[in-house]
Order: sequence, then structure tokens, then C-alpha cells
Amino acid sequence: MARRSGLGAGVVAIPDSTATHVVRAALRGKRFRVGDYVLQGLLLLTLLIALGVLVVLLGSVAVHGVPVLKQRGTTFLTTTNSTFPFLAGVKQGIIGSLELLVIVLIFAVPLGVGAAVYLEEYAKDTRLNRLLVTNVRNLAGVPSIVYGILGLIIFAEFLKPLTGGLTVISGGLTLAVVVLPILIITSSEALRAVPNSIREAGFGVGATRWEVIRSHVLPSAAPGIFTGTILTLARALGETAPLLLVGALLGFFSPGNLGFWGQLRGPYTSLPTLIFSWSTQPNPEFRNLTAAAIIVLMAVLLTVNAAAIVLRNRYERKW
Amino acid sequence: MAQVELSTSARLTAADLAGNAHRRRKERAIRVAFLSAAGFSILVSGLIVLSLAGKAVQFLTLIHPSQLLAGGWFPRQESFGMATLVAGTLIVSLIAMVVGTPLGLGAAIYLSEYARPRVRRIFKPILETLAGIPSVVMGFFTLNIISPRLVQFLFSGAYLFNLMAAGIGVGILITPLIASVAEDSMFAVPGTLREAAYGLGAKKRVTSLRVVFPAAISGIVAALILGISRAIGETMVVAIAAGATGNSLFTMNPLNYGQTMTTAMSSLAIGSDAVGGGKAVFASLFFVGLVLFALTLLLNVGANRFVRRVRRRY
Repeated sequence: MARRSGLGAGVVAIPDSTATHVVRAALRGKRFRVGDYVLQGLLLLTLLIALGVLVVLLGSVAVHGVPVLKQRGTTFLTTTNSTFPFLAGVKQGIIGSLELLVIVLIFAVPLGVGAAVYLEEYAKDTRLNRLLVTNVRNLAGVPSIVYGILGLIIFAEFLKPLTGGLTVISGGLTLAVVVLPILIITSSEALRAVPNSIREAGFGVGATRWEVIRSHVLPSAAPGIFTGTILTLARALGETAPLLLVGALLGFFSPGNLGFWGQLRGPYTSLPTLIFSWSTQPNPEFRNLTAAAIIVLMAVLLTVNAAAIVLRNRYERKW
Repeated sequence: MAQVELSTSARLTAADLAGNAHRRRKERAIRVAFLSAAGFSILVSGLIVLSLAGKAVQFLTLIHPSQLLAGGWFPRQESFGMATLVAGTLIVSLIAMVVGTPLGLGAAIYLSEYARPRVRRIFKPILETLAGIPSVVMGFFTLNIISPRLVQFLFSGAYLFNLMAAGIGVGILITPLIASVAEDSMFAVPGTLREAAYGLGAKKRVTSLRVVFPAAISGIVAALILGISRAIGETMVVAIAAGATGNSLFTMNPLNYGQTMTTAMSSLAIGSDAVGGGKAVFASLFFVGLVLFALTLLLNVGANRFVRRVRRRY
């Protein structure tokens, strides 16, 4: 307002003509700019479509799946797979997925965080290090099914004496390799967010690089690394394609009523593999069963994602 | 101690600054450990190429080149028409881009230029949730909703299993990826550019579309390339929704069922122990894998070039 009146005061000196009228009208007028609103509306629409898809997706899954869960209750979670839809449950899938995640956690997290520490804390701008960074970025873009081939040849065939062939161990190692680049990238970002003054303070009192990393950099970056790890595990939990190549059981081949240790050495399956298996059945009852299994999977994933977001908001420090 | 010595002799050598030998050795060992963790990623790349290349070459020696030009993909009948898979992949990723580009870029522009902080706080988690949806779940949704309710509703001749529905499903899946990479690059455009545009009297629309968008174009192109690359590599949505039986005649009709490179691989992998087939059948899995790997690698290298260019400028 103040600016406008000031401008008006300046205009007084200019003799009144049509041109000044036009200028004054343009400056003062509150024209309704159609183009701007249309554009903003269109842009907002794209987000609303994304939201709409999410709502319809969750809604349709709920419509098909909730009746099954209501009818079956917790037995759906504790019974094994079956050719009869009214008997089939997701127990083996849950056990398998749990084992896969444990293996991913054991192998991918130390390697991923370690690589990130090297790239952010140690690496100088040399050719080798630039190659490392480029390589990680390219690995992140490799389709997951290609990692399945790596798992099949390296883990299941070459390292058969160690992994036992097409076992959950091979599957877990394959998933670990799939998520490794993502883990390196998210951990690197967390480390990069730690300001240099923290490091310099450490060096200033005579700490070595490792001492600075251990006592200052890693603790400061821990929330970010932790959130990245959780999101990475969520990604691993939903991954299916590579497991198809490293022996996760499909169709009605069943690992039997094997417990945690049984599936670790013998045949295995996972929750998303089970979903894939059921979703290819023409029987409509299996469609509802698929939806019920998806609810179980999505419940876990949404909880984990929400936890990660809350953690990030809570512990994220602004330097 | 050290202080006393200093004051008496006042002579400090390089050896005093280096710290004790044990500490130095420990430091070096830790550095090597971290380096080997980083080096592991190179090993992974090497192993991918190694595990693909051997059997892919073997495949080429097992078949006659004319088999690659067959009019369909029927591995059990020894016809390995790569054109079928390439066409399927092309159709699915093109449709995915037609869906994902406007949605992703629109969301990116809105979030970066228009959204107030509160609106951002609502929409960003929604995009992140969409990004976190496993592809099997999207496959189920595609087969049960997008295909019958949208594609078959719009096009009466469409099969229940069709490439178009798969493409739309993949498009939704890559929308958050495109949105987040494009938004990052638009957000990185310095505020001074926007202020300069406003100073010249440009409207919000002109500023966003003619100043910020071109300034961020490298990142936006990178986002689109990454989107295509992800669409080409997507397996489960197509496997569930496009009728991945492992065989298909050559088709360019998106309302038909079909095969992509990824679903050909997954079908081969699933069927490999159940049905024998010739030696070349199983080996073809590696050949298709190698083609897919090379294609996505090319796209990703290109995308990274673009990302780096935007970093250099600002």
C-alpha cells in the first residue's frame, strides 16, 4: 500500500495523458489474472491426482482385503500357504521377509555406512574417488531384476558352499546388494549435513580423523543415517523381482510349515513374493486374499515410513 | 610433560607432531577398512558385468542370429525375437512417461514455486508414501482398477491384461521420482534469479515457467531420464498387469497383452526349473539382462552428466 501511494505521488509531476492512465490503471488495478490461476490450478491438480491415486489404491485394497482379515482374524498371519484360498495364510511370507531384512541389516548397513564415511570423510578429489561416486550413482539406477542375475550366479552358484544355493541367505545377500547404493547415498547426505566446524574443532584439540568421526561426526549424523536405514529396509521389504531369480518360492510350492530356522536353511518365500504369486491366480477369492496380504505389507511399510518421518523431524538438527 | 620439555629445549621436531606410532597404525587400518567398504561397490559392478557377460556370450553361440529376428518371443520354441521385447518395453515406458512427466513436473513446480510451507508439509509425505509403494502392490492395483476401470472403460477393445494399463501403473510409480529430482533442481535455482524477474515486473507464472524452469533444465532433463530408466527396469507391475506369460507375438498395440525385457526375464527365471527347454532358453535370460543393463546404464550416465552440469553452474 505504502509503495503504491509513493508511486502515485511521483506520477503527479507527469502531465495527464492516455498513457499515464493506462500505466496507472495497470499498477493500481487488481485485475483477475486468469492465466496465473489456471496454471496454479493445473499444478495443484497434478498433486491432487497423485493423492487421489493413493486414496483409490488404499481404498480398493481395503475393500477387497478387510473382509478377509475380519473373517480370518490372526489365523491369516499364522497359517501357511495353501491351494485353498480359505486356508492360505502369510506365515511363511512374514518369516521369510523378516529373515531377509535381518540379512540385509547385517551386510548392507556396515558396508553402506562405511562406504559413505570413506566418500565423505576420507576421499580427496582424485580420479579413483570420482569413479567411486559415479559408480555408486550408476549402481542405484541398475534395475533390480539385473541384481537378481548377480545373486543367481554369484551367491547361489559361485558361493554355494557358503550360502547353500537358492536359499534365503542368497536372497538376503542379493537384496543387500540392491539397497547398498541407496544406503550409501542417504548416509552420505546425512554426513554432508554435519558442518565442518564440528570436525575442525575436533582436529584442533588433536584428535585423529577416526576419533573425530567416531566421537563427533557419526553421532551428529546418526539420526539421518538411521532414517535412511529405515527407509532402505522398507524398500528391501517391498522388493520382489530379484528374489524371483534367487529362488523365492512361487505358486503353491510351499516351504511347508517351517519355522524361523527351517526357512533359513531350506526353501523360502517372502511377503511380496507371496503377493505376486496370489495376484496371478485367476480365482477371485485369491484376489481378496492378495489384498489382505497387501494390507499386512502396507501396514508394516506405512508404520515404518511414518516412524522414519517422525524421527527425522524430531532429531533433525539445523546447524 | 610435553610442556615442560618444550620450555627447556624449545625444540619441536616433525616427529613430535606425528603422534605415537600405535595411533598412526590404527588410523591407517581404519582408513583401509572404509576404503574397502567403498571399493566393494566397484566389485559389485564388476560382478554384475561378469555374471551377465559369460552366459550372454554363450547364448549368442548357441543360437543362429536369425532366431533373434523372429516375429515373437517364444523361448521354448527357440524364437528369440528381441524386437518383441524392445517394442513392449518401449510402449510401456512411453506411456509411463506420458503419465509421469506432467504429473511429476507439475508437482515439482507447484511444490518448489507455489506451495506455502504448510501445503508442502502435507504434500511431500504423500509423494514419499507414493514413492514407497512396492511395485507388486502397484501391479495389483493396475490389474484390478486401472485396467478394468480406466483402460477397458476408455477403449472397448482392450484385453484385461494390456500394455497400456501397465504403462499407466509404471507412470504413477515413477511420478514421485521425477517430482523429487526435478524439485531439487528447481529449489536449487538461486532466489536472486526470481527476484530479478519480479523486479522486471514478471508475474509468478512467467517467473516459474520462463526463468526458474529453464534455469533448472539440466536437473529436469535428468529427472526425466531417470524416470525412463526406472520405467524400463520396472518388472512387477508389468509382470502382473501385462499378462507376462513368457511368450508373446510382436505387437505395437498397447491394448494388447505383451512382454517387456524385464518380464521376459522374470518368466524365464520362474519357469527355469519347472520346464526344461533347450540350453539356449535359460541362457537367453542373461542376454536380455545384458541388453537391459547396458540400456539403463547408458541412460543413467547421461542423467548424471546433466545433474553435474546444473551443480557446476550455481
